[in-house]
Amino acid sequence: MSPADRFPSAPDGPAPKSADPGGTAVVGASAAAPDRRGSGIALLGSEVVVLFRRVRTIALLAALALIPILLAVAVRVTTGGDSGRGPAFLGDITQNGLFVSLTALTVAIPLFLPLTVGVVAGDTIAGEASLGTLRYLLVSPVGRVRLLLVKYAGAALFCLVGTLTVVVVGAIAGAALFPVGPVTLLSGQTIGFGDYAGRLLLMALYVTVSLLGLSAIGLFVSTLTSVPVGAMAATIVLSTVAQIVDALPQLDVLDPWLFTHYWLGFADLMRDPVSWSAFGDNALLQAGYVLVFGALAIGRFTTKDVLS
Amino acid sequence: MTAPSARPSGPAPAAGSSAVGADPSLAVQTTGLTKAFGRQHAVADVDLAVPVGSVYGFLGPNGSGKTSTIRMLLGLTSATSGDIRVLGGSMPDRARDVLPRVGALVEGPAFYPFLSGRANLVRLDSGDRRAPASTRRARVAAALDRVGLGHAADKKAHAYSLGMKQRLGIANALLMPRDLLVLDEPSNGLDPQGTREVRSLVRSLADDGTTIFVSSHLLAEVEQMCTHIGVMSAGRLLTQGTLDDLRAFGAHRVRVLTPDPDAAHDVLVRLGLRPEARDRHLQPPETATGSARVEAELIVEGLSPEAIVAALVAHDVRVRGFEVAGASLEDRFVDLTGEGFDVAG
Repeated sequence: MSPADRFPSAPDGPAPKSADPGGTAVVGASAAAPDRRGSGIALLGSEVVVLFRRVRTIALLAALALIPILLAVAVRVTTGGDSGRGPAFLGDITQNGLFVSLTALTVAIPLFLPLTVGVVAGDTIAGEASLGTLRYLLVSPVGRVRLLLVKYAGAALFCLVGTLTVVVVGAIAGAALFPVGPVTLLSGQTIGFGDYAGRLLLMALYVTVSLLGLSAIGLFVSTLTSVPVGAMAATIVLSTVAQIVDALPQLDVLDPWLFTHYWLGFADLMRDPVSWSAFGDNALLQAGYVLVFGALAIGRFTTKDVLS
Repeated sequence: MTAPSARPSGPAPAAGSSAVGADPSLAVQTTGLTKAFGRQHAVADVDLAVPVGSVYGFLGPNGSGKTSTIRMLLGLTSATSGDIRVLGGSMPDRARDVLPRVGALVEGPAFYPFLSGRANLVRLDSGDRRAPASTRRARVAAALDRVGLGHAADKKAHAYSLGMKQRLGIANALLMPRDLLVLDEPSNGLDPQGTREVRSLVRSLADDGTTIFVSSHLLAEVEQMCTHIGVMSAGRLLTQGTLDDLRAFGAHRVRVLTPDPDAAHDVLVRLGLRPEARDRHLQPPETATGSARVEAELIVEGLSPEAIVAALVAHDVRVRGFEVAGASLEDRFVDLTGEGFDVAG
């Protein structure tokens, strides 16, 4: 047979097959790929669908939603007055149900949110690797950097959705079980419902930003292994260790550099005028973590042998 | 044992040629391709030459380096040394231009178990920037139909049998028109009917002009669908060429049954053959007659079997049995690899 005259001609392939006598150029590669931007977004859309259609993700969000519900129910059932203990704002709930969101956020930040974010961020690459779908994504082809970006965007979206779940469910549960009225700020002023809703969203944003550094760490850890549970556990342990270090007075010098340091700073948004310094410091710190661990993830993943 | 050098015919250049530039008649070309894991060489100095339009059977026992080679071809792993060109583009540097034209099934199918077969294909297709979103639904449906999964398209992938997963994996490779298909053990887990379907699918794709690079440890499978063949063993490419070449190569062997193996050996050498005399230790059925078997490949052109017998007799070799047998491909591969192949197909 003479293969040369059976040069493949795909029925409607985008690349024209000009015979290249030199043969050094990639045949047809010069033809511009159509609609690059559009299909770049297609992968992101697909990532979001795959992430949020997954039973596990829905279970994580359900667990987060349970926090404000349990909190509100527990306070409602045991309305024996404020004992002065427990998380911030707990005592305020009986007066105003709108404080359920705030209390639930305070409870969720140290453990539950990092837990769920650790699961999602740790799963990003390692999960695909353990399913074997990583190799098919890469040959489809998804560039490795593009895959990291899409995966990180998915994890960041989960941070936002998770935080909003706590806030929104908290507001609903609070309104259902307790009287609702104008909210008194930490600085003493009283604001109406509309203003308070805006501040709640701002706080959700603050907490989301707080979790971006952890997500980047999770993404990096996820490129190191094809065992997703390992990457998840490592990410969650890191967030706990950072909080312990933050709490040790002997290690105070490290505090401003810990990604968990400003996690509870969202209370500053409950002042009038709003104190933005925590928000800014937090955003800057998280951006630093995203850059450093994002670069590490790219450095690691683009040179990695995909053997799974 | 002497492994004869490769004799690719037609447009395929000799395997050992140190190709600097890309040969446009080759869909896949590697030069000195090597992959080492620590001190272990999974792939050692492999010079693949897969002609455009061929169905190339990449044959070798399990663990012989086939999948490691395929991973490098697709840019999943980096080569320790050597040069790779796929469809004229250097890999992995030109992966963005090359891979959209390559469909692949690598080391078994892999899917999101919680998504349906259809959703899985949509997901993987959305990764390809050149795959138009407007035709995605239709292309996915067509690919599913082509592998006979149309009825199970909306079942979750975890409910698929191994054979269905394998079909889904092949469907994934067919989502876009491809110039090259790399199929790693495509009929793994398929029943005989499924195997036959894969074979006819491969043939119909090849008729469309697609180059197909199919790895297998099943000789029968490769023999039935391939035009070219390359044999791997222990990380090395032992031989490659057209199937006809390889068949012709070991086409005939002479077997002499004689109590005078040494004399027979000498006669055969004088005739220009290279006797192997592998049965110096007499086999039990033959000890009764006191005979040994001397074998040689009939490599001298124009030497007729009866001339060999005449020469043996003329030199007082007591010939108790004489046979000319066509060596099967299986014999060839056992000779080459020193290992048995699973020939069940």
